[in-house]
Amino acid sequence: MGLPWYWTAIIAFAIINFLLISASVLVYAERKVSAAMQNRPGPNRVGPAGFLQPFADVAKLLLKENIVPAMANPFVHSLAPFLMVAIAMTAGALIPFARGVVIADTDMGVLVLLALTSITVYGVTLAGWSSNSKYSLLGGLRASAQMISYELSMGLAVLSVVLMSGTFNLVDIVEGQSGGMAVLGWNFFKNPIGALLFIVTAFAETNRTPFDLPEAEQELVGGYHTEYSGMKFGMFFLAEYVNFFVASFFIVTLFFGGFLVPFEPAMISIFPSLDGSILLGAMQIGTVLLKAGFFAYLFIWVRWTLPRFKYNQLMTLGWKYLLPIALVNVVVIAIIMTVMQYL
Amino acid sequence: MAGQILFFALAVTAIAAGVGVVWSRSPINSALWLILNLFCIAGLYLTLNAQFIAVIQILVYAGAIMVLFLFVIMLLNLSEMPSVTRFTIARLFGFFLVMGVLALLTYAVAAGLDVLPERIVPAAAAVSGSPSTLARSLFTEYALPFEIIGILLLAATVGAVIIAKRKPV
Repeated sequence: MGLPWYWTAIIAFAIINFLLISASVLVYAERKVSAAMQNRPGPNRVGPAGFLQPFADVAKLLLKENIVPAMANPFVHSLAPFLMVAIAMTAGALIPFARGVVIADTDMGVLVLLALTSITVYGVTLAGWSSNSKYSLLGGLRASAQMISYELSMGLAVLSVVLMSGTFNLVDIVEGQSGGMAVLGWNFFKNPIGALLFIVTAFAETNRTPFDLPEAEQELVGGYHTEYSGMKFGMFFLAEYVNFFVASFFIVTLFFGGFLVPFEPAMISIFPSLDGSILLGAMQIGTVLLKAGFFAYLFIWVRWTLPRFKYNQLMTLGWKYLLPIALVNVVVIAIIMTVMQYL
Repeated sequence: MAGQILFFALAVTAIAAGVGVVWSRSPINSALWLILNLFCIAGLYLTLNAQFIAVIQILVYAGAIMVLFLFVIMLLNLSEMPSVTRFTIARLFGFFLVMGVLALLTYAVAAGLDVLPERIVPAAAAVSGSPSTLARSLFTEYALPFEIIGILLLAATVGAVIIAKRKPV
């Protein structure tokens, strides 16, 4: 990217703050949506309609005592939450928010995304191990096994998109979906199986219900973060919300046209001055936020609708169903792409 | 210049992490040092303009293999090994002395046999480590070795499945 470094730094600062604020908003949304689904009011005391509740919660967490268990490994115990948040935030650098508004416009985008996903597990695993508690350890073990199992299917689902777009660059993948009628160029319509696989594995990789075995409250007290208190617990909480919000952005980027505004070419042909204007950029940011918001809502919706898998069901689903489907999907798409080249 | 500073910083960290792997008595600490080492080496690849290898390094080694290692270490709950040596200044001094002598002897022997590597100055950004460059040479020039490695990996996978399916006698 030809931008000067300070401009990149400003965008990075804006995106990190955006992710922090959106995490608070998502916590509020999650509590309100779950309340609505369970026919109760939800938070309604702090601020208008309880909107300031998450901010009050953060203030509370900041003021709480930080307890490190006596037999814990203090360095790793402190390192784990930082890793979680740092990796979750780093993924934000890859998201194309509008044409030209992306921090890391790299030819390696998709691979960096997969690499970041695969190292997210360290936060959970190390938290589980360093706490020196049986519940935490079990949570950490489950997390690492689950991540390895679902990473393969996720990688293959992403690979099918790469095959169709012919590039690892996330911006080019988005631009490659602009063909067809308005929304029909989206990869979701060309590759629905890949999209569904990616969404399911995204749930697993972000440890959201029905794949939240690492923190299963009913069996493991709190799983990997049982022994965390104060803001360190807050950071795990933050990382979870940032993770699934970023995951919704990637679902949108890879399969639902990213920042492409529906009927964009038609609008530009009617209003030629729109091309390259700030307004179009704002519309693109609005579009990607709207789409990502829908998937963030989907994450919440599923959490309060489906029960958790059993561990054996999780492994069966991952290895015996998702992986073969993903493999066949990749092979079929590769064959179709090759045949289309010669037509 | 900045690239050189980065290179040496990463190289020193990688070596320090490598020493840490051998030095620490707890398996988890060793594994953590190894992860740091792998990340430094990924950074080294980046400074050498091999972005694809760098990302793959993190994806495969740090992201998959080390997670599996951690899983096994945590599952077996390996205890800390007893400390066999105690760290003293004399030992450290001896270590560097021996390393220096080794380097000197290696250099002398290599120079004597005339096998010193030529200093290669890479043509600036002539080859990029982007996936398309790599793929082009993998699937044209090195197609046969690539296929052979593929078959080897397949054989290893089949072997793993067979061992896993064998009923205990």
